[in-house]
Amino acid sequence: MSSALPWSILLLPLASAVVILLFTLRSGRVSSFTSVLAALAAFLCSWALFTSENTRAIELTWIDLRPLLYVPLGFVIDGLSKTMLLVVTGVGALIHVYSLGYMRNDAGKSRYFASLSLFMFSMVGIVLSNNFVMMFIFWELVGVSSYLLIGHWFERDAAAEAAKKAFLTNRIGDFGFMIGILMIWSATGSVVFREIAMQMPQIIAHPGFLTIAALLVFCGAAGKSAQFPLHVWLPDAMEGPTPISALIHAATMVAAGVYMLVRVGFLVQSSPAALGVIVWIGTITAVMAALIATQQSDIKRILAYSTLSQLGYMVMAVGLASGEAAMFHLFTHAFFKALLFLGAGAIIIMLHHEQNIWNMGGLAGKLRVTFLTFLVGTLALIGCPPFSGFWSKDAILALAYTRSMPIFVLGLFTAFLTAFYMTRLLVVVFLGKPRTDAARSGREAPIVMTVPLLLLAIPAFLAGFSFVATRFLPLPQEKEAVALVPVLATLAMIAGVTLGVVLYRNREREPLNIALLRKRFFFDEFYTWLIGVTQGTLARLSDFFDHWIIDAGAVRGLSSATWGIGALLRLFQVGNLQAYSFLFGLGIVGLIYFTIFR
Amino acid sequence: MLLFIVFVPIAVALLILAGAPARASAVAASGAVLLATLLAFAGFDGGHAGYQLVTSRLVSADWGIHLAFGIDGLSLIMLLLTSLVTFAAVWFTPSIPEHENAFYACLLLMAGGALGAFASIDLFFFYAFHELALIPTFLLIGIWGTGNRQTAAWKITIYLATGSFILLIGLLLLYRSLPEAARSFDFRLLQKTAGQIPAGMQHHIYLLLLIGFGILISLFPFHTWAPQAYASAPAPAAMLHAGVLKKFGLYGLLRIAIPLLPEGARYWTGLLLVLLLGNIIYVGLVTIAQKRLDWMLGYSSVMHMGYIFLGIAAGNIVGANGAALLMLAHGLSIAVLFAVAGEIRGRTGTLVFSDLGGLAKVMPFAGLVFGLATFAAIGLPGFANFSAEVMVFFGAFHVGADLQHFHAFQVTTVLALWGVVISAVYMLRAYRTIFMGSASEASASATDIGTNLRPPIFLLVGAMLWVGFFPQSLVGRMQGSWRTSFPGK
Repeated sequence: MSSALPWSILLLPLASAVVILLFTLRSGRVSSFTSVLAALAAFLCSWALFTSENTRAIELTWIDLRPLLYVPLGFVIDGLSKTMLLVVTGVGALIHVYSLGYMRNDAGKSRYFASLSLFMFSMVGIVLSNNFVMMFIFWELVGVSSYLLIGHWFERDAAAEAAKKAFLTNRIGDFGFMIGILMIWSATGSVVFREIAMQMPQIIAHPGFLTIAALLVFCGAAGKSAQFPLHVWLPDAMEGPTPISALIHAATMVAAGVYMLVRVGFLVQSSPAALGVIVWIGTITAVMAALIATQQSDIKRILAYSTLSQLGYMVMAVGLASGEAAMFHLFTHAFFKALLFLGAGAIIIMLHHEQNIWNMGGLAGKLRVTFLTFLVGTLALIGCPPFSGFWSKDAILALAYTRSMPIFVLGLFTAFLTAFYMTRLLVVVFLGKPRTDAARSGREAPIVMTVPLLLLAIPAFLAGFSFVATRFLPLPQEKEAVALVPVLATLAMIAGVTLGVVLYRNREREPLNIALLRKRFFFDEFYTWLIGVTQGTLARLSDFFDHWIIDAGAVRGLSSATWGIGALLRLFQVGNLQAYSFLFGLGIVGLIYFTIFR
Repeated sequence: MLLFIVFVPIAVALLILAGAPARASAVAASGAVLLATLLAFAGFDGGHAGYQLVTSRLVSADWGIHLAFGIDGLSLIMLLLTSLVTFAAVWFTPSIPEHENAFYACLLLMAGGALGAFASIDLFFFYAFHELALIPTFLLIGIWGTGNRQTAAWKITIYLATGSFILLIGLLLLYRSLPEAARSFDFRLLQKTAGQIPAGMQHHIYLLLLIGFGILISLFPFHTWAPQAYASAPAPAAMLHAGVLKKFGLYGLLRIAIPLLPEGARYWTGLLLVLLLGNIIYVGLVTIAQKRLDWMLGYSSVMHMGYIFLGIAAGNIVGANGAALLMLAHGLSIAVLFAVAGEIRGRTGTLVFSDLGGLAKVMPFAGLVFGLATFAAIGLPGFANFSAEVMVFFGAFHVGADLQHFHAFQVTTVLALWGVVISAVYMLRAYRTIFMGSASEASASATDIGTNLRPPIFLLVGAMLWVGFFPQSLVGRMQGSWRTSFPGK
């Protein structure tokens, strides 16, 4: 029985998606309840799996071309995947419930919940996969559900563009990922993690090969986890409904890249050169995104850049060769970031889709539950002791402190920036006086939305304490080592908060104006230009060449050759196609006859 | 069984020409063929190495020609593809204002020819059945086409006739190069002669076959007939040709050229890699530049041939399985895409991107299935195309791989993988402009695809998903096919 549990966790959401697609598209109500039930059931199964000792599941065959290629559909069930399942299905189930409120009056409710179930299916698949090809399958499927959900309001041009951009950026990452998989397979003859791990010695003998393969695999993670320079899709993905931003683009999917890197830690950590690149990509992402976040005015975009920045921390931890620290931060971040997004969603929907923080203000008294839970999320995010984010961020900073001073300094600087921009957000949105009519008339969200907030606030506060966290995952060792690090981190946080309060208290508009940050370092403009001059030009040139050289040239050549045939045909007084076709068949038969049989 | 599968469409085509009710008979015939193929599929023994369900009738004792049919795993897949797409194409035929009977008869003749070519185990009929299928293709485009149909019909006729002609010369040369005693038209006997042709001769023959088959498959740079023909062809004809008939060349390469001319295949591998990259990268870029859906789909179908060539070029069992599966996968997905494109043209009067927009609002079902087929075409897991492409990439990357350098096949695989990005670019852009965004003038008044047209679409999409989720159900049936083609690989 218990060996069927992993399969039920995987297949319940799929069943829900299929049922909705085939039968209940017309009834948003039935669809939404189907989907929510599936998510809750998947969570209960995950809990049962977590508490059981079971590590086995039935393995199926996807492709069997042994001895060359064998791709099973099998699961890896260990502490890592069990905890990750709990996070995915737990946060997922809460967000399903919250969506009941948020999407109550949406015309495409069935489509929304079907996509949400598809997402749960794919994400669970990533977590459970025991081999590269199967992980790639679910990896791409997660990309599809993300595409569908970002583009949920497809009539809006911005949403349609954002969905496309997210998919294509991820495709570029997956291009590298697939090459990496192929390289590793060609070296070890297997795609199964366990078997590759056993064969690592023979790849390690070729450090150049190993580094390239590891970095290519990292490409996939960089796409999914929106690392520099593939980070551009994530802020745009905020065009999707807010529960999606919370679930997919903050708590779970974007963390999949980090999870994958931890899962294949045996590969990545064998190459110091690859680790060196990874740690710097993570650091650059962390600092850059935090800088950009300080100058955004859309509440979801601020949170999106903050997600980027926190993902940067996690990748930094991977690059510092500590999967434990990365997973610890992933674990706490999932709760407090989902909480922050859901809080933002409550504000947005109660203010009739207002997202500009400068059109809010003074909401603390009107949306009490939202404010208090948002405050908990913020304190966790900025690493205020003893909230969860403090512990996990501290673990990463302690690692950096012992391994690399420049990384540590930049990490500390990011912590300062985080405290600064979150204080700015909190002060501008919740304190002061309401700046618009919408803000004046705001009131508390319905209970299906506030209950998930309250439920998420608990782990956002508690998940960092070691007596809680060690139940779920192994904690990094360096944590207790350096006493100076938490002190410095807390000082950086206090500095950030102070600066934020001083600068933004009772402001009517943005006092700072830094175009470079507001325009996000002009990445989008640069990429648009780059694609225009490379792909656009090449495509137009090829099209011209195809039309005017190959086609025209070949046709002219062929038609002059057939000109003679045409003249011949006119002797028979026929010029039409039917007759030509007939003669063509006749000619072939004649030709065969004369060449072979004579 | 095979006689039934091949001759029912041809016989019913003749009956329709003689005055039988066109649509009803055609749907019944294609449905019967589909059922028979599914039965053959269910009863097929994957471990068996030779041909199954063999029937043979002597046609000419002097020349040694038999009307002989038989299937192995590879031909089984081709039959499955043909009968699925035929059924859908016939069902999807709109009301034809002129010569309705002739239209349906042409469709069934195409199908019968394709089925005959894939089921034949006699070289003569293999070739003859393909010619039988080509002629109605030209007529369908020339008579019932749209736009610049005369030019398109002439172009495809000239091109494909030239291709068939070069192919014929190659096949004749192949036949003549065999030692007198070993000459035969029978595939089963021919297979035993593998390697008996001297290497130098193999080079010449293989090149002729590659170009002959290549023109039929729209191998770069012989591809320019395809987009125009598909843009002009009525939707069912485009479905049948792009989906099924074009695969004849690939099937021929796998069935004849690779096993009988291994030395020739090795010799020309470099050339083939360059040409197939022309299909993937160059034609992929051309596809991005298209401004109309029908042209874009035509070019995209040319582009995807490159991946099948890559699987064939790999010359190992993984690549060959990938190529075979990709033939099926591509055939199914392009059929859905052309079917929906035809409906869009019928309902909005245009396929120009800039005139369309927001169609998902008024045509939700069309939006759904076009989206599914788009995902399939860009190789998303869950669909047949992905499982096939994975095998193609693994098969190709494997050739000559070592831990020091990338060689020709590794470089080609990497570039081909970039093609997957390219195809996502143009397909998603098309989907975004046609179905998403705000509704354009032309799309505002369109109506959705009615329930009466939906069953064949469900069938094709269901088949794509089946193969995507359970590729082993087909791969297992092909085990026997490759034993003779790739011994020891």
